[in-house]
Amino acid sequence: MAHDTVQGAGQKRDAGDRLNRELAGLDALELGGSPGRDRLSRVWNAVWPMATAVLIALGAWQIVVWSGWKEPWVLPGPGDTLPVFWDQVTSGRFWKAVALTMQRAAIGFAVSVLVGVLVGALVSRFLVLRRAFGSLITGLQTMPSIAWFPLAILLFKLSESAILFVVVLGAAPSIANGLIAGVDYTPPILLRAGKVMGLRGLNLYRHLIMPASLPSFVAGLKQGWAFAWRSLMAGELLVIIGDTTSLGVLLSQARELNNTADMISYMIVILIIGIVIDQIFGAVDNAIRSRWGLDSRD
Amino acid sequence: MTQAAPAATSRTADTAVRLDGVSKAFGSGGNRLLALDNVSLSVAPGEFVCLLGASGCGKSTLLNLVADLDRPTAGTIDTGDARVAMMFQEPALFPWLTVSANVELALKARGVPRGERRDRAGDLLASVHLRDFGRKRPHQLSGGMRQRVALARALALTVNEDGAAGGTVLLMDEPFGALDAMTRDLLHDELERIWTERSLSILFVTHNVREAVRLGDRVVLLSSRPGRVVEEFPVPMDRPRRIDSPEVSSLAAHITDRLREEVGRHGA
Repeated sequence: MAHDTVQGAGQKRDAGDRLNRELAGLDALELGGSPGRDRLSRVWNAVWPMATAVLIALGAWQIVVWSGWKEPWVLPGPGDTLPVFWDQVTSGRFWKAVALTMQRAAIGFAVSVLVGVLVGALVSRFLVLRRAFGSLITGLQTMPSIAWFPLAILLFKLSESAILFVVVLGAAPSIANGLIAGVDYTPPILLRAGKVMGLRGLNLYRHLIMPASLPSFVAGLKQGWAFAWRSLMAGELLVIIGDTTSLGVLLSQARELNNTADMISYMIVILIIGIVIDQIFGAVDNAIRSRWGLDSRD
Repeated sequence: MTQAAPAATSRTADTAVRLDGVSKAFGSGGNRLLALDNVSLSVAPGEFVCLLGASGCGKSTLLNLVADLDRPTAGTIDTGDARVAMMFQEPALFPWLTVSANVELALKARGVPRGERRDRAGDLLASVHLRDFGRKRPHQLSGGMRQRVALARALALTVNEDGAAGGTVLLMDEPFGALDAMTRDLLHDELERIWTERSLSILFVTHNVREAVRLGDRVVLLSSRPGRVVEEFPVPMDRPRRIDSPEVSSLAAHITDRLREEVGRHGA
């Protein structure tokens, strides 16, 4: 065999040392490393465009008010609304309403995740189910969830269940679709590598397909949250249960009393909650991307 | 492992891999495509065999058959009790795992107990000069380094639970095809060293003639559509070889002429 070639031991070691040195040198050159920016400047870079956008929105609002398009009691300006907003967010009744709404959101979203994962796992596993229900799930995703409310109210009366029903129908299809897409787009080369390793059946799912579909699953969760939040707000405006106080109830009461400043305050809160939770999903998504090296800004 | 009847009795101690009259067709009826046609080939234990061919010679199909990822339409493939590992043109590392965890997962799949995996992975990474990079993620390494991790992971698949040297077959599907010439050169030296140290049997697929001559004990030329063995070239040169040496160049030129002749038949 050719690799039995007789060679001086010293000469061989020298050649080995040189190879080690050359490999280490090439590694060092290729990794190079780029200077990173410090945390403070990163935070500033994220914050100033957002702050500017808020100021522009407030300015536009003020200009509309100044134009005299509506009476000030119908459309108050930011100067009149922001103190009301502050009064609201420091009152106990307001926080009770937020607590109830968030509780509904949490339960609704949790059930959606459960249903979405179950449906997604079954549909991605069995081709027959895929053919039968694949396009139906996508169809459900595009259906405006408010269209479910008449049926929900007939089935469940004006109850928590009616709201939950519509929230889950709104959010679960997105979550299921995220999971299905993730399983579908597991890179074939990774599947080949996994099979050569001897990963089969459950192990293949546990060590390869589940982790590989994580980014797509998180994207599905993020979209599912957006749908859940929209459905919940529609639900709280339509399904008012007894003397409970939720953000939706506060919003309709403010409209009945023609209290626009209160109403706008609640709308701002609804907007902020939606943004904050979306940002949390965004942060999780970014963390996965940068850990996996999918981040093009890296 | 015998993949089709009749039972393989022909395997002897001097073959690590043996293919007898292997054919592989995809599809059926009018769409039937014959990828491999009656390929017979063997790799001796500790031998380095390079498979050379133009596009469409069924190189990857052949490796998939040897790795038991697919079944031949006809013929037998025998790898005995050898452990089979494979490396691809892409590193195909799992991006959600650290470098070390990638190697550890392969050890786990081979049944190495949990307590030993970390140390064994460390040793394997050391053998490709990456001991200090175990905690990095694949994307933090360069292309050449990732390919070395992939090599370490493939080597992990060749170990026995007791560490004894069973027959080990390493299948390589154009593993250095995506690397720059400088890195590829160094990895040739690295692979040659590891092959010698671990007495691996290697079946190495490439379309780079010089690379085949630089590395192989034997170069097997395949035709395209369907893949057939056209000719085998022994490479009787001492190691270590240089890819730019006159001996390598002259044999490579000879094989290239033969390959071009083969490709030309498809243009007629």
